[in-house]
Amino acid sequence: MHHGKYRFVLSLLLVPVGLYAVFVISPYLQAFSIALTDWQGMTAESHFIGFDNFVKLFHDPVFWTALRHNVFLLVSIPLVIVSLSLFFSAMLNYQGGVPGSRIYKVVYFFPSVLSIAVVGVLWQFVFEPRNGLLNGFLQAVGLGDLRQIWLGDGKTALGSIMAVVVWGGVGFYVVLFTAAMSAIPKDLYEAALLDGAGPWQSFWRLTLPLIWGSVQVAIAYLVIGALDMFALVQVLSVGPGGPDDATQVISLYMYTNAFTYGNFGYAAAIGVALFAINLILTLLTFRLTRRERVEY
Amino acid sequence: MATLIDRARLRPATPEPAPEPRVRRTVGSVLLGGTSQGFVLIWGVMVVFPLLWALVSSFKSDPEIFKSPWGLPAVWHWDNFERAWNESHIGTYFLNSVVVVCCGVVLTLILSSAVAYVLARFEFPGNRILYYVFVGGMVFPGFLALVPLFFVVQNLGLLNTYLGLILVYATHGMSFSVFFLTAFFRTQSKELAEAALVDGCSHWGVLFRIMLPLARPGLVSIGIFQFLGMWNEYLLPLVLNTDEQRYLVTQGLANIAVTQGYHSDFSGLFAGLTISILPVLAVYLVFHKQISTGMTAGALK
Repeated sequence: MHHGKYRFVLSLLLVPVGLYAVFVISPYLQAFSIALTDWQGMTAESHFIGFDNFVKLFHDPVFWTALRHNVFLLVSIPLVIVSLSLFFSAMLNYQGGVPGSRIYKVVYFFPSVLSIAVVGVLWQFVFEPRNGLLNGFLQAVGLGDLRQIWLGDGKTALGSIMAVVVWGGVGFYVVLFTAAMSAIPKDLYEAALLDGAGPWQSFWRLTLPLIWGSVQVAIAYLVIGALDMFALVQVLSVGPGGPDDATQVISLYMYTNAFTYGNFGYAAAIGVALFAINLILTLLTFRLTRRERVEY
Repeated sequence: MATLIDRARLRPATPEPAPEPRVRRTVGSVLLGGTSQGFVLIWGVMVVFPLLWALVSSFKSDPEIFKSPWGLPAVWHWDNFERAWNESHIGTYFLNSVVVVCCGVVLTLILSSAVAYVLARFEFPGNRILYYVFVGGMVFPGFLALVPLFFVVQNLGLLNTYLGLILVYATHGMSFSVFFLTAFFRTQSKELAEAALVDGCSHWGVLFRIMLPLARPGLVSIGIFQFLGMWNEYLLPLVLNTDEQRYLVTQGLANIAVTQGYHSDFSGLFAGLTISILPVLAVYLVFHKQISTGMTAGALK
């Protein structure tokens, strides 16, 4: 019996674990060792150069610009998306929600099912300076002065890309928070009502503490997402990284280094640095947003 | 919008059926309710409008897109779709995506349910470690592995092949699926499996005839999530799949947009955009209940 059990376990595990080791574990491990070489990819030759790549990275102004943009995005994106999503999900769920809330819940999610690349192409048209939807709209409502070369201007490029992230992201978190809110027992709200709590108070005192776990997860996801941003930036940027690196982000810089310049060692080092930042930020996010878990 | 606000104003006038405790509807709260509804509506419009605009534009002629970006097309140009499908190869890209994503989803489900079933049901040395090896994959950002992954796939001779992409998609989908399915298999009753074993059913029989059929809801939710995720993947095919014949739809579309830019076949590009948007929206609309249930399960974890 026991013999059969182990044979069963082994035969089930063999192929999946093998494939996982080849395509997932080994690349992650190799990334760390490649980061310590000067590998250019064209030749098989590579030398161990210790932490030289990281020293170079530390003195690379483009890396710092990219990092600054990522930091801006990872502060602003979670803030805006979480606030908007909380607001909308509260509106859609409080006491049965506003009229039509069931339809809104379905519609809001639309951008989440679209590929980021597709969203990028769509917004390229929205931002198109001459005939795009946005400038056309501004013109139509008499705000023609506000028209911009959105993606082509260093001042507005990063903000425009951020707006697209918000457009694409809110729906997912509305559904996530809705799911969390629907798990809150109704009698808690009735009790709060009897105690004279208005909508505002019951949101801050009841809803938010009870769904805090989901909010925390949302912030963590968004922070990690803001460190990536590759697809949108790649599709929406004018040239690689926008006008004068205005939309340069770390992932794009890494991609360009690896697959345009062939600096695989350096690119791997950027990847490792990004991973380290990622890890620190994730831990920090959970630390900063930690609260007593409310049981109900 | 005006009608919504009006309705909000009218609502307190209709008498409540029972003297249930209700929020006192002061003028302020009604006004607040009205504005909130306005915001909810505005966001809905902001979400739908660009999509609708792309859809309508895909039926216009090129000059029309420039001259009257807001109006409906004078003649509905179905030929834009034909052109996008054939000349811009969106059709080929689309089929490539279908092949890769469908195989990827099926494979990741098979691999993950095998692992998850073992991890959830059998005690053996290393069980916990294996679990964390799989689940730990969720913590690592994809681009850390990007450069070595390229060479792993190249060394196996799988660059620019369906098989290469399918294997990469399936294995990279495993972390989340194993995590989810392990939790799912753990909730299933042990007694049923043990009873079947006593009755002379083999381990394989228990797996295929009892456990997997019972796990169907879990497999369906994971399958939908993986489908959406893989369909939308951009970075991996960009790196591993550089042969234009084998482009996936996201890649192909982005490529057309970047190379053709705003100049040549505007209407064809909109048609391509529509072709790549509609199927996923359709899948979503069919399965949206499962998706929100899946997210509820995730949120309550």
